[in-house]
Amino acid sequence: MTARVEIARGERGDVTAGDDAIGNFTINFGPQHPAAHGVLRLIMELDGEIVERVDPHIGLLHRGTEKLIEYKTYAQALPYFDRLDYCSPMCMEHSFVLAVEKLMGLEVPIRAQYIRVLMAELTRISNHMLNLGSHIMDVGAMTPNLWLFEVREDTLQFYERASGARMHANYFRVGGVHQDLPPKLLNDMGDWLDHRLQLFEDAISLVADNRIFKQRNVDIGTVSKEDAIAWGFSGPMIRAAGVPWDIRRSQPYEVYGSMDFDIPVGTKGDCYDRFMVRVEEVRQSARIMRQCLNDMPAGPIGSLDRKVFPPSRGEMKQSMEAMIHHFKLYTEGYHVPAGEVYVATESPKGEFGVYLVADGTNKPYRCKIRPTAFSHLQAMDFMMKGHMLADTTAVLSAIDVVFGECDR
Amino acid sequence: MASHVPLMAPDDGVIDAAKAVVGAGLVEVKTAVGEITLTVTRDALVETLRGLRDTPGLEYQQLMEIAGVDYPDRAERFEVVYHLLSLTKNRRIRVKVSTDEETPVPSVTGLWPVAGWLEREVFDMYGVAFTGNADLRRILTDYGFQGHPQRKDFPLTGYVELRYSEAEKRVVYEPVSLPQDFRTFDFLMPWEGAEYHLPGDEKAVPEAPGAPSPAPAPTPVRAEPKAATKKKAPAKPRKKK
Repeated sequence: MTARVEIARGERGDVTAGDDAIGNFTINFGPQHPAAHGVLRLIMELDGEIVERVDPHIGLLHRGTEKLIEYKTYAQALPYFDRLDYCSPMCMEHSFVLAVEKLMGLEVPIRAQYIRVLMAELTRISNHMLNLGSHIMDVGAMTPNLWLFEVREDTLQFYERASGARMHANYFRVGGVHQDLPPKLLNDMGDWLDHRLQLFEDAISLVADNRIFKQRNVDIGTVSKEDAIAWGFSGPMIRAAGVPWDIRRSQPYEVYGSMDFDIPVGTKGDCYDRFMVRVEEVRQSARIMRQCLNDMPAGPIGSLDRKVFPPSRGEMKQSMEAMIHHFKLYTEGYHVPAGEVYVATESPKGEFGVYLVADGTNKPYRCKIRPTAFSHLQAMDFMMKGHMLADTTAVLSAIDVVFGECDR
Repeated sequence: MASHVPLMAPDDGVIDAAKAVVGAGLVEVKTAVGEITLTVTRDALVETLRGLRDTPGLEYQQLMEIAGVDYPDRAERFEVVYHLLSLTKNRRIRVKVSTDEETPVPSVTGLWPVAGWLEREVFDMYGVAFTGNADLRRILTDYGFQGHPQRKDFPLTGYVELRYSEAEKRVVYEPVSLPQDFRTFDFLMPWEGAEYHLPGDEKAVPEAPGAPSPAPAPTPVRAEPKAATKKKAPAKPRKKK
């Protein structure tokens, strides 16, 4: 910790070594800090305990994902997206596969669309369990976090049963999804929605009306509608500020257009509003999941265009042509027509966009990832101005920042 | 266009309104896969974005993204791509300017404060300077990093690697050394899009009918030993983009 103490000058301009005025403290928050949600370094200028200025230093988790993707085929680029926001992997994949499909003009069977929406909403619940839990813990309560991790563990097990991996799923594929969901898994998901989410309600009931929790969150980090728009906010951050904007509703993709769900909107734009918007989103996600489970039709789970979507394993053992397709798709891959496209989806943290420039080969020419946390974190400075040092953790948690995605 | 991708409001009349906003600074308007791309000159950039934001009927309130793209073959190799979103009209639009290593692009931090970091990232990754951005530091790369990693001529592995040195008790930076070659495969189909330049092709340029017969071949010099290998020169496998 470094301190800069300015020597105070008296009225007559003579230097006094007294205690008239003391300059600001400059401290480091992070890069290793339990409440930094990863690796974030904040240079904070403090006047006593009041934050005057925050300068976030990011990039400590920069892995050059965008550069790596330029050297990989489209299918090989997909797993990198799981590793962006590792708390909501499938929602990251979603933007990329939609971008490629939009550029290719590829249609996806209806069952695959239902599966994608189902898994995306499961991911949203999973992400919010982690965020809400750690938010509560950052402002001082222990128990709800442990309960919410129980629920999150269930979602990870569904992940594993669907894709084979607990976190880095690589499940959404261009043209569909990797494997069909077995009926038992769908049944278990329905049971889980009916019974297990009670644990989430119990955990929230401990804090939602809790006096200490409200003291730590209400009127902290307030953002007006105009500021939220100017700073490029999206997702729960812009909704908490009172703008009813949700890409699932405004620009429906997959089968979101036929889903019945509500968009929670905040009134004050403070940390408490952001928290409660996420709480309500969990309930709405559960509603969407139920509708998916009820309405999901039978059918193929991937495009039947064999030049893009590989044949099933069983088919491969029977048909020479399927074998050739499989070989071609897993070595050379498919070629995406030249062009550029920007596709954004509503990830649990906000608008997650992919700007894809293709040059007609089997590798992306440029894949720019639009992370949500980048613009939110930039607003830290004006959100923190005039608040106490201890409010940093509340503001940071309410942003829901994950550095895999922010730093790429 | 695929039917399951994000569905926005139709872009009726947007191009005409945008053309009126941009005025003389417009270079190109393109609509592809349902997305409008305006290419404008650098000087017209700020006024274009201001017009797109403030003109009733266009109302692109949010700047969502600034992306850089590198095309080393072009005279102005970098493209800076702005993505705008209209919350009220439910549309997106893309605005592009091009620049080179030397020429700065006017900053739009005066219009949207969010542009600060987005421009810092483009500066960090491509070395494009933005005039008017008061805080144009590197953002994602290491303290003291040199070079601009997203440029196409920057190697994937970079130039330096770092490790903790037990001897010196600190992190040391060393030139990158790879125990295994970087494996890259050229999967482009040889009969789709490849351009073969076989020896002698330059003589077979098609001529307009009635053109004078080509000049006689230069007097053959004494055959050099290299000539034999020249004939076997491998076909250029990949069309350089």
